[in-house]
Amino acid sequence: MANLNMVEAINLALREEMARDETIIILGEDVGQLGGVFRVTDGLQAEFGPERVVDTPLAEAGIMGAALGLALGGFKPVPEIQFMGFLPPALDQLICHVSRYRNRTRGRHTMPMVVRLPYGAGIHAPEHHSESTEAILAHIPGLKVVIPSTPYDAKGLLISALRDPDPVIFLEPKRIYRAVREEVPSGEYVIALGQAKVIRTGETVTAVAWGSMVREVIRAADLVASQGISVEVIDLRTISPMDDETIVASIRKTGRGVIVHEACRTCGLAAEIIARINEKAFLSLAAPLERVTGFDTIVPLLKLEDHYLPDAFRISRAIQKVVYY
Amino acid sequence: MNLADFDPLSGKRCEILDHQGVIVAQELRPPGLTDELVLELYDRMVMLRVADQQALTLQRAGRMGTYAPTLGQEAANIGSAAVLQPGDWLVPSFRETGAMLLRGVPIKLIYMYWMGSEWGSHYPSEVKVLPICAPVSTQTLHGVGLAWAGKLKQDHTMTLIYFGDGATSKGDFHEAMNFAGVFTIPCVFFCQNNQYSISVPRRVQTAAASLAQKAVAYGFPGIMVDGNDLLAVYTVTAAAAARARAGEGPTLIEAQTYRLGPHTTADDPSRYRPLEELKAQEPYDPLRRLRIYLTQQGLITEDSEQDRVVKYEGMAKDAAREAEAAISLNPDDIFDYHYAQMPPYVAFQKEYLHRILAARGESAGG
Repeated sequence: MANLNMVEAINLALREEMARDETIIILGEDVGQLGGVFRVTDGLQAEFGPERVVDTPLAEAGIMGAALGLALGGFKPVPEIQFMGFLPPALDQLICHVSRYRNRTRGRHTMPMVVRLPYGAGIHAPEHHSESTEAILAHIPGLKVVIPSTPYDAKGLLISALRDPDPVIFLEPKRIYRAVREEVPSGEYVIALGQAKVIRTGETVTAVAWGSMVREVIRAADLVASQGISVEVIDLRTISPMDDETIVASIRKTGRGVIVHEACRTCGLAAEIIARINEKAFLSLAAPLERVTGFDTIVPLLKLEDHYLPDAFRISRAIQKVVYY
Repeated sequence: MNLADFDPLSGKRCEILDHQGVIVAQELRPPGLTDELVLELYDRMVMLRVADQQALTLQRAGRMGTYAPTLGQEAANIGSAAVLQPGDWLVPSFRETGAMLLRGVPIKLIYMYWMGSEWGSHYPSEVKVLPICAPVSTQTLHGVGLAWAGKLKQDHTMTLIYFGDGATSKGDFHEAMNFAGVFTIPCVFFCQNNQYSISVPRRVQTAAASLAQKAVAYGFPGIMVDGNDLLAVYTVTAAAAARARAGEGPTLIEAQTYRLGPHTTADDPSRYRPLEELKAQEPYDPLRRLRIYLTQQGLITEDSEQDRVVKYEGMAKDAAREAEAAISLNPDDIFDYHYAQMPPYVAFQKEYLHRILAARGESAGG
């Protein structure tokens, strides 16, 4: 057992699984010699060789399309797209092919693959380095989309993703890559995909978040606790397929809910979650559901970035709004 | 033959059997390309033309959806795929019906695909052919990855990747070429330059004098070949495949052919292609020159040709009937193949469709 941050936990998961499964190949820009721009793949090329940890030409579609071919050829590729802002060239391959292969061949070909993708704002990065477009990915049938919020979960979820028979997009909230350390066991443990986690039980209101927003929600819950508001916090962990049962069970108990994401509001995942709560638990609601999200704007550059991101204060106001409705 | 003798920047093009059926470069012909093999491949070309024609007939009769005919590109299809060995992969775009047939995809399945069933892409597991790829050029990368996998497994296979002239304008093609060059990937990029991307002619795709010369920038050989000359296509592709198998990396082949039909059955070429241009292409028909040659060799006769066409017409009609009979109309198929394990929300939607069908008085059983 070691005290690890999320970068180290992901690195450990990759190392252990690569040792266990010889078909795993990491490919991407700067993933080899450098160990990735965030050092997530640090030391892996030295340990597993340049054939299994491959520095590719700078070409996102190329990485994704070649990864697809490797998967067809019996390997388990783990392509890394360096930043979510550079995902669009690879989306063609993801949407038109990776997600569709199993269905369009009626199961003749499958697409075991884990796409690693640092995402999100909050690290004062340059333009195009702060995007949070997970809803686009969750919209695509055939993909799974996983987002850890802790080092422990990151390792367990990544191991599950690496053993999954279908393509998994593994979104890494880079804002909290090094924010916390916690005990992360070495050796195998898995956290099943598609299962949300109630990370704090509460009675008054349900708050749903994922990635770096989970930490903000916990802070908001602490803020409102003094007012006697007890917040049940759910970390969604997998946004597709979504575990709406855990959310709905909580809403049935609390009757109130706030959904938080840093991505843009319009057509964001909060809208989907609210729709599902309406379908399954409308009569349990004591107040309209609220969402706290990024704005329908492009993520501002670093001087204005902090205004964009939902924080504990904004979330606490939304909690108060639904509680005192 | 030596690929290096046909430097694409020199404008040279490989030709062996000219359009009048005369062998013009016997010395290039590999020993394995005997007259018997030529006859066998010609036979496959006739099969392709008949199967292709049958698809058009089915489409006109409302028994098939949109279809992309191969008419005029039989030599490019058959001459290239003929060099593959067991274990090699074939990665088509959508105008490789003949290449796919030659590599063991049943006609029935190809018809099923264009008739509108995903089961048409569920090939027998031993068939090393990827399904048809409608998005232009994306498959070039799949082929590179697949060939890369073969290289890592050291299985000494190679992958033959098809695409059209329009695909060479897309980024995926360039990324695929670049990856293949950098990683010495055992593949052959086979461009069927049929002169049109739907309506847009070749000259609008690139200012380059040839498509083959694009290989130069990626550090491996490119070669132009008369794509309507079965012997030349076979010879060039065999040399490129041998290079790939020997671990020397990729080759780009530009097979210059001509699409005698429409882009698809939904297209009207009269809006962009003068009839005179089409007429001028008729002497270059890839089957015509082979008929002259094989007749001269005493390998075919007028009677044998009639029998051949009749045989394949019967085969194609049978395949069409079998395809129609085999197509599953079970609406559960819509839902059942997206993941190894169906997500609960998708299962709910599947049940919903059952309820809707029941409410309409229709069976969900297909």
